[in-house]
Amino acid sequence: MKRIYADEEVCIGCRLCEIYCIFQHSGHQTLVKAFSDEESLPDPAVRVEEDGAISFALQCRHCEDAPCVAACIAGAMTRDPQTGAINHDEDKCVGCFSCVMVCPFGAIQVNRDKGTVGSKCDLCGGEEIPACVKHCPNEALVYE
Amino acid sequence: MSEKRYDYLILGNSTAGVAALEAIRESDKDGSMAVVSDQPNHAYCSPLITYVLAGKVPEERIDYRPRDLYERLGVDTYFGSAVAAIRPDKHEVVLQSGASLGYGKLLLAIGGTPIVPPIPGTELEGVFTFTRHEDMCRVREYIQRKQVRQAVVVGGGMIGVKVAEAFAYLGIETTVIELLDRVLAQALDETGSSMARRAMEEAGIHIITSTGATSIGGSGGEVQSVTLDSGSRIPAQIVVMAVGVRPNTAPAEAAGIGVNRGVLVDDHMRTSDADIYAAGDVAEAFDPLLGDKRPIAIWPGAYMQGEVAGRNMAGADESYAGSIPMNSIQACGLPTISVGLISPPEGAETLEYRSNDGKSYRRMFIRDGRIVGAVFVGDIERAGIITGLIRQGIDVSGFREKLIQRDLGLLSLPKQYRKHIVSGPGIEV
Repeated sequence: MKRIYADEEVCIGCRLCEIYCIFQHSGHQTLVKAFSDEESLPDPAVRVEEDGAISFALQCRHCEDAPCVAACIAGAMTRDPQTGAINHDEDKCVGCFSCVMVCPFGAIQVNRDKGTVGSKCDLCGGEEIPACVKHCPNEALVYE
Repeated sequence: MSEKRYDYLILGNSTAGVAALEAIRESDKDGSMAVVSDQPNHAYCSPLITYVLAGKVPEERIDYRPRDLYERLGVDTYFGSAVAAIRPDKHEVVLQSGASLGYGKLLLAIGGTPIVPPIPGTELEGVFTFTRHEDMCRVREYIQRKQVRQAVVVGGGMIGVKVAEAFAYLGIETTVIELLDRVLAQALDETGSSMARRAMEEAGIHIITSTGATSIGGSGGEVQSVTLDSGSRIPAQIVVMAVGVRPNTAPAEAAGIGVNRGVLVDDHMRTSDADIYAAGDVAEAFDPLLGDKRPIAIWPGAYMQGEVAGRNMAGADESYAGSIPMNSIQACGLPTISVGLISPPEGAETLEYRSNDGKSYRRMFIRDGRIVGAVFVGDIERAGIITGLIRQGIDVSGFREKLIQRDLGLLSLPKQYRKHIVSGPGIEV
């Protein structure tokens, strides 16, 4: 399956990937509108990690043997049999955080206010190119 | 002569059984499959029954997989059918209805049975165990019918804590009785447990530790109180016994299959009979940290064992790496995670972090350069990175000071490790 890959050599830590991930999942038509409605902003499913000069953007790796699918007690984390993508059903999530316990990448975000998983990359649900990749100014994210 | 014969017969319809069905169908598109369960339900998420009791999750949302699961995978279902006998010599399973099903390969994924301690009064109406959907239905009905105001939960482990949480949420005055010195004693260390206890007490739950229940008293056949070994008596119109679950080994034992505390399996999840496999809470699992085999009743382990068993039943040659004990529990809104050992083994170094506000806590044990246990309370984000390091036995000597930091990320780890966990098909960063 196609996955998103990060290149830490060229990531400049601009965090545009986070911005466009939020926008993509906000349901708004324009960036300005999305960010003027702070209350309803979704958490970004991609996070830029930074340590001094090094940075890279990390989101769910959509593992073949995904430990989060094995661990989910609510049937909320499933693998799409067609695309292989790991999907998270927010309506089914009860916030047991078993997925957080087993994700070796630390790629699943917790939303303490909602008491559930806040966000997880959905590869932009069938978009030709995921938003984070499309808007990376330095080609530090590729989709292949 | 069996009435029907299946290439793959799965006993049990929870996570291990479903994982096996899915894994078998991935490798064998045509083999015939059936699943037998003594429960009438479509596969459901048993840990969610306390959420349904509390009314936090609607009943229709506890399906583990979509309703078309069995149809999509081409699986015959025998629900509400208890197993009467397994006959390995004839390759058949006899159901309590008298029907018999033949098999090529058989999987035992029949879980565990709740332990009811031998104290007087457990037969009274209003005394329940709480592991199955039908238990939840009975408890819910009883609470309504009897207008229950006070409850006692005997046992402060994972099930006891979640049941107490649901009772408190329903406005029932709830007391948890725990024999050990702390709640969640198998999942959390002293500090983590006391933080969980505080969260529960803030939710209105009374907790009595280092105390046993000696008898349950009633009148007119209905429960009215629980007497403790301290001599005091707690009034209760409902009592839930949650002292533990033991592997449901009886059918295997009766069939001459090797059994210890759980059904014995090799690293391929195969029992002493070459055509019979076992997975999940019924089986003993290898713990790579302690190097022993014992029942380790955890959901992720059950799924992974079911998956490995299923693949091997379908002809693969795959080993199961073992189950590291781990638990992720929200105690009345406080997230907690523990992985591996929860108390320091001999010769281990302990790393500890506490946030200034006292709401977050992390502790880790390192032995011979490797993390062998970790506890997270409050801020649990990225705990899985530590789980990955434990599971893979990575030498963390070179970056141990980063492990305990709150902003731990993949970037905190040395590049060669990042490359190491991200290598392999399909998971490269």
